[in-house]
Amino acid sequence: MQKEQLLELLQDDAKLTPAQLAVMVGAGPEEVKQAVAQYEKEGIIKGYHALINWERTERQKAAALIELRVTPKKDTGFDEIAGRIMNFPEVESVYLMSGGFDLAVTVSGQTMQDIALFVAKRLSTIDGVLSTATHFVLTKYKDGGVVFNRDYEEIDERGSNLCD
Amino acid sequence: MIELENLLNPTIKQIKPSGIRKYFDIANEMEDVISLSVGEPDFHTPWHIREAGIESLEKGRTRYTPNRGFALLRQEIAHFISRHYQVDYTPETDILVTVGGSEAIDLCMHCALCPGDEVLIPQPSFVCYEPIARMAGGVPVIIETKPENGFRLTPEEIEEKTTPKTKLLVLPYPNNPTGAVMRRGDLEAIAQVVEKHNLLVLSDEIYASLTYGEEKHVSFSSLPGMRDRTVLVNGFSKSHSMTGWRLGYAAGPAPLIGLMTKLHQFAIMSAPTTSQYAAIEAMKNGDEDMEYMRAQYDMRRRLILDGLNTLGLKCFEPEGAFYVFPSIKCTGLTSGDFCEKLIYSKHVAVVPGDAFGACGEGFLRISYCYSVKHITEALERIEAFLKEL
Repeated sequence: MQKEQLLELLQDDAKLTPAQLAVMVGAGPEEVKQAVAQYEKEGIIKGYHALINWERTERQKAAALIELRVTPKKDTGFDEIAGRIMNFPEVESVYLMSGGFDLAVTVSGQTMQDIALFVAKRLSTIDGVLSTATHFVLTKYKDGGVVFNRDYEEIDERGSNLCD
Repeated sequence: MIELENLLNPTIKQIKPSGIRKYFDIANEMEDVISLSVGEPDFHTPWHIREAGIESLEKGRTRYTPNRGFALLRQEIAHFISRHYQVDYTPETDILVTVGGSEAIDLCMHCALCPGDEVLIPQPSFVCYEPIARMAGGVPVIIETKPENGFRLTPEEIEEKTTPKTKLLVLPYPNNPTGAVMRRGDLEAIAQVVEKHNLLVLSDEIYASLTYGEEKHVSFSSLPGMRDRTVLVNGFSKSHSMTGWRLGYAAGPAPLIGLMTKLHQFAIMSAPTTSQYAAIEAMKNGDEDMEYMRAQYDMRRRLILDGLNTLGLKCFEPEGAFYVFPSIKCTGLTSGDFCEKLIYSKHVAVVPGDAFGACGEGFLRISYCYSVKHITEALERIEAFLKEL
């Protein structure tokens, strides 16, 4: 078993069973179970999610990427303000960025209006936030390494050759 | 009305069409067929290689290349062979860029064979050697390799079939469809027989980059004295997932490559230009992609091998290419019957072993050029199928 091989396989498909993983990496199932448990314990594996294309469901869902410029605090830098922003359940991710702004925050809600109100009332009012710029997601072509848009989905064109 | 039947070449008319067609026809009419039948990678050509092709098109590089292929490409191929397989070829005289490995095989047979020359062809193997040998005026002599030898060719088997008319030995390793690999020791023993009977060798090493386990592929031409009697055939299809680019090459002794170049020049002119630009990039910067794909295939190989053995379809462990070759003798069915029943009842397409020579009867060729999910689903269906037998 190579270093991080299990992580790569699970990142690609978290539904692989310990038995399958064991065969693929050439280890015993127990060994794999232990390794995965250890990754979970150490916080290297942070969770297992289904990748859902909500656009194909009945559910209304809107998403936005918000650029925040903030004033870092003297001792804690960006951590304190990032910590406050993370607490909102609407917030899916918070990244500290290089470049023209400081924090990139992705937010989801039922409608664009929900998100706009959230930014206006909750985010921009936080002490230390200098400015916000909200960019709404119009469609997801690809997410989590997987193509979402039907037009771009892979079709297996192989099999026309009769003697390969 | 002309009677075309009487005018056309009887040698070609007598060649049997590929036995795989039937299953494709059935599969094409079904909706939810899950196939483990193809012999080409599921990976896309790595993007930087595609980009090199695109860039050449944008710059308008759409003319013929030199007959032998771009000098730069031949240099890079020589570096590649030397780096991976420790054989040195002179790019100016010893390398010819062809339209796929298949063209190289075709040219080699035409240039090496005189009418009546016998060609030793180990089977099970890729389906093209026998018809091409016939077309080139040769007489195919089949050597049936055995499962108990891991489908490796032995020097005794060569001795047994060698006559004063034997001219050429085909070495199809790593092997399609069995996944067999020849180790250095196996090849050294073969080299002695080759030398003794003064044979030429067509070493089809198209799967050279895909071997699993400790030992890397050993090129036959890297053995002492063999470089000058061997045409090494390889290409970009399997190693760099470039099947549709139609690009391969032959490397060998200058007089033979020279003859092949002459034939190539009249029949083909030059291999596709865009593909050659892409191939330069593949040779220069494609080693990591090759290794990545190999590692992926290796995991799938373990998965499918374990799956089939668990189902009771005995497989010897394939060490190369991207196929497993399980025995279905325990089911009492012929390869053809098994495949037909499997596709009708469970909509799973695999290839009967006898498509690769009569001695492949009793086996299946199952390809693992598919995602893990796809392989798992197919294994579940095969399991259900076996239970119902």
